[in-house]
Amino acid sequence: MDINLTLLTQAIGFGLFIWFTAKFIWPPLMRAVESRQKQIADGLAAGEQGRQSLASAEKRIADMIAEAKTKASEIVATGEKFRSETMDQAKVEARAEGDRIIAAAKAEIQQEVARAREELRNQVADLAVEGASKILQREVDPKVHADLLAAIRKEL
Amino acid sequence: MSVTYDSPTEYIGHHLTFLTQKFDAGGFWTLNVDTMLASAVIGVLAFGFMWLVTRKATSGVPSKTQAFVELSIDFVNNEVKSIYNGSNKLIAPIALTTFVLTLFMNAMDFLPIDIVSGGLHAVGFQKFRYVPTADVNTTFALAFAVFGLSIFFAIKAKGLGGWVHELFCAPFGSSPFLWPFNLLFNLVEYVSKTLSHSLRLFGNMYAGELIFLLLGLLGATGIAGVIFGAVLHLGWSIFELLIVILQAYIFMMLAAVYIAMAYEHH
Repeated sequence: MDINLTLLTQAIGFGLFIWFTAKFIWPPLMRAVESRQKQIADGLAAGEQGRQSLASAEKRIADMIAEAKTKASEIVATGEKFRSETMDQAKVEARAEGDRIIAAAKAEIQQEVARAREELRNQVADLAVEGASKILQREVDPKVHADLLAAIRKEL
Repeated sequence: MSVTYDSPTEYIGHHLTFLTQKFDAGGFWTLNVDTMLASAVIGVLAFGFMWLVTRKATSGVPSKTQAFVELSIDFVNNEVKSIYNGSNKLIAPIALTTFVLTLFMNAMDFLPIDIVSGGLHAVGFQKFRYVPTADVNTTFALAFAVFGLSIFFAIKAKGLGGWVHELFCAPFGSSPFLWPFNLLFNLVEYVSKTLSHSLRLFGNMYAGELIFLLLGLLGATGIAGVIFGAVLHLGWSIFELLIVILQAYIFMMLAAVYIAMAYEHH
């Protein structure tokens, strides 16, 4: 255990190793470590951001779904309303049409009845004239007895 | 191995003798060639390895070696940050250098001493101690370097006047009557810090080496001694593993603490 010159050489060597470490080993490795730490921090931040945007997207989707639902129910309601409205209208129209048809039929019937009556009257008049001529045994001149015939027709 | 010893004393004495180179009359002017060579080789290998890793370092996915080196760097960085959080960017690299250097120099203790010595004998080194931290010169050198750095940073942080002022006016007070006591206290603190710092590491490593030698002696007592010695050797190696890492850690932490204390104002 003698203290000798080795002390100085060892101290110098130690100093050289410190210099070497501080200059060539420490800075590049710390740089690498720190930049990796930064990358990891950035990655974590990006992940966090992604999660937040996912959450906001999910919220937006839920909003959109709710909105679509209300719109759909609105549309259904409108359709329902439209359907009932058109049905009512159709009913009214159909009723009007029916009334119209009935009225037309009635008028036609009236006409038919009138015509039939007229025809019947003429026939009856003719029959009456024929009957009368047979009774008189001679021809009745319709021109001569026109007034009489017309009066008979009126009475029928 | 080809070397034989006449007595246990000679065996232990032989293994605890440095390979020296004397200049002038010897005494202080002597170099422990083995300590210097071993520490230089260890340092060049350890820091060269780390340097090679940094050359291929990426900030992307690291290779396993890079991850390992980064892990140790991060470990040291966190330890230093827990002690010191100022502007000095040199403390952490100093701590890393101290830790790596002491750890690997301590770890030389695991090499089986007689086999390695035999190999070294074969290539011509009759005496060679390859655990540099079991040489008090190394631990004193490291401790003195740390002491010098702490003084340097203290003067740099407080100015020469501020440092001298603290030397005389702290910790007891700035009254002129207290100046001698303050100075004495500070000197004792400086000396004891440096001495304990270096001798703690030296004592642990020297004791570890000595116990390995004693267990080696057990092997010379016969077949039972060999078996018993091997078992004890395994046990002590496992225990020594703890000591090696713990002492390197303590040495590193104390170096960081002493240098960080240079920035404390009283």
